[in-house]
Amino acid sequence: MRLSDRHVGRRSATGSSNALELRGVSKRFGALLALDDVSLTLRPGERRAVLGSNGAGKTTLFNCISGDFPPTAGEIRLYGEDITAFPPQERIRRGLRRTYQISLLFTGLSVLDNVYLACRGVLRRRFSMLRPSRSEPAFLSAVELVELAGLDEVGGVPVSELSYGQQRQLEIAMALAGAPRLLLLDEPAAGLSPTERQALVDILKNLPDHIGFVIIEHDMDVALQVSEFVTMMHNGRVFKEGKPRELESDAEVQALYLGEVDG
Amino acid sequence: MADPAANGNTDSGGSRIGRVPAGYWLAGAFLLVVPSFASNFVMYQIFGWSFILGMISLSLMFLAGYGGMFSLAQMTVAGLAGYVVAICGTSAITDISQNWPWYINIPAALLIAAIFATIVGWLAVRTEGIYTIMITLAVASAFFYFTRQNYVLFNGFSGFNGIFPPQLFGVDWRNPIAFYYLALFWAVFWYLAVLYVSRSPMGLALQGIRDNPRRMAALGFDVTLHRVAAYTFAAFPAAIGGILLTWQSAQISPGTAGIGPVIDILVIAVIGGLRHPIGPFVGAFVYVILKSFSIDILVALGMAGERFQLLIGLGFLAIVFWSPDGLLGLWAKLRDLNRRDPLIGRLVRRL
Repeated sequence: MRLSDRHVGRRSATGSSNALELRGVSKRFGALLALDDVSLTLRPGERRAVLGSNGAGKTTLFNCISGDFPPTAGEIRLYGEDITAFPPQERIRRGLRRTYQISLLFTGLSVLDNVYLACRGVLRRRFSMLRPSRSEPAFLSAVELVELAGLDEVGGVPVSELSYGQQRQLEIAMALAGAPRLLLLDEPAAGLSPTERQALVDILKNLPDHIGFVIIEHDMDVALQVSEFVTMMHNGRVFKEGKPRELESDAEVQALYLGEVDG
Repeated sequence: MADPAANGNTDSGGSRIGRVPAGYWLAGAFLLVVPSFASNFVMYQIFGWSFILGMISLSLMFLAGYGGMFSLAQMTVAGLAGYVVAICGTSAITDISQNWPWYINIPAALLIAAIFATIVGWLAVRTEGIYTIMITLAVASAFFYFTRQNYVLFNGFSGFNGIFPPQLFGVDWRNPIAFYYLALFWAVFWYLAVLYVSRSPMGLALQGIRDNPRRMAALGFDVTLHRVAAYTFAAFPAAIGGILLTWQSAQISPGTAGIGPVIDILVIAVIGGLRHPIGPFVGAFVYVILKSFSIDILVALGMAGERFQLLIGLGFLAIVFWSPDGLLGLWAKLRDLNRRDPLIGRLVRRL
């Protein structure tokens, strides 16, 4: 896709390392230890599901990786580079993207504007006061992403007027903007209809091979269809890791998690 | 008057000129021919002053409407620009004024106003909501008291008088017709500039930050820097407004940017509407009309003339109460009445 020279250079320099590496990451909110010594490794292009009951620390894990709330201890590496102390925008410019469990969109702007901003965020001249031309790469890729997410009919509509499912699709489109290398997807299927879920699964399965992702998902169908490896979390710790099939048949896992979700 | 929906979505094809609503052409044509029938008072005091206050309010509208930042220091930025023109240029206070030519003192005024606004922004962007208002109000009052007490540079309580626009191109810009067109030109210029910038990456990013700063950071934007840059940009319409205001009244004193005028700028922006750059000008026009004529009406009704503030206050309350989007919001509501779906009550949109 459209990569600025900066990104291409960075990627080739660090191409051999792991996509994501967490070592001993902890996050404390006052007396609450939301993440307790979490270590995790993702190969480039790997698709990983993170499962666990409410309060297991899944979203906190995402917040630490994306920089929304930095960890209180531990180290996070993105393609070999230590990003633990980086502000969110620096992580994003290195190819990390995330979606939010509760849609965090720009409700006063149109769908296309939302995606355009997402495309512009990783490019230079973010302070430009010149209007984008229709042939500007960021504008063209915004149009493309809006189509990919199946939102082309509502491209000009303010986000505040979209349905819930459409807002979730917009979240995905925005996460795919620029040149993503690793996506953090926080319950992307929540609130979607069965048809919309299938569309989501298709989008995720059809992502280019070099794009890896970590997905938090309560819908086991979606989670196990799109991921090759599963990490179970419990009380802020990594509880178990394995192939989807291994975990599905694991008694402890079933007692902990699968039992709670009726299929 | 104007169509607030015109700032809408990434526009779809067609020539830019062709999509300008008819109301704009009518308003533009009317404003161009005003001098052919209006008295000097109407041109100079009513329209000239409306354009100037509109520009200063526009700088607040840019920050508040697009950026969600309510800065009360925009009148202060305007006042500072006026002071620089008085200090660097020519005034009746010959001990202080430097008599520099216009091509030095006007750029100096813009530059100093922009630097000042950037510093204010740098302080204010770390805060949100009521705290932004408090910090910028503190800056505004500090400026007011400082100019009132400093005699070396700001000539204290009495300030400067006898400040006239330069005689450029053989035109006396203090002549009501010339001044009318000068103020109109800059008002239209900044109106269009703000409208244009609102659709640029800078303007869109600002609106994104207004809606969701956390998400903007998660898209790779530096939220703090964008907010500060917005303050810098907003300094320019305010500074031009401040310079014109100084020329219009031929004087500048601490009271020009006192607490009263500082609040008035906010009132004007809110009355007009913060969602579209035309709002501040509508608000300024209403404010100037009220301020100029309500005295006569009040006196005719047997009330004290200085109670015009009461009228403005009541108007402000009514607007805040019934139409948070100001007069523009009222207009949009009226226009949308027959475009609503009778069943779901939502606006029917043409896609």
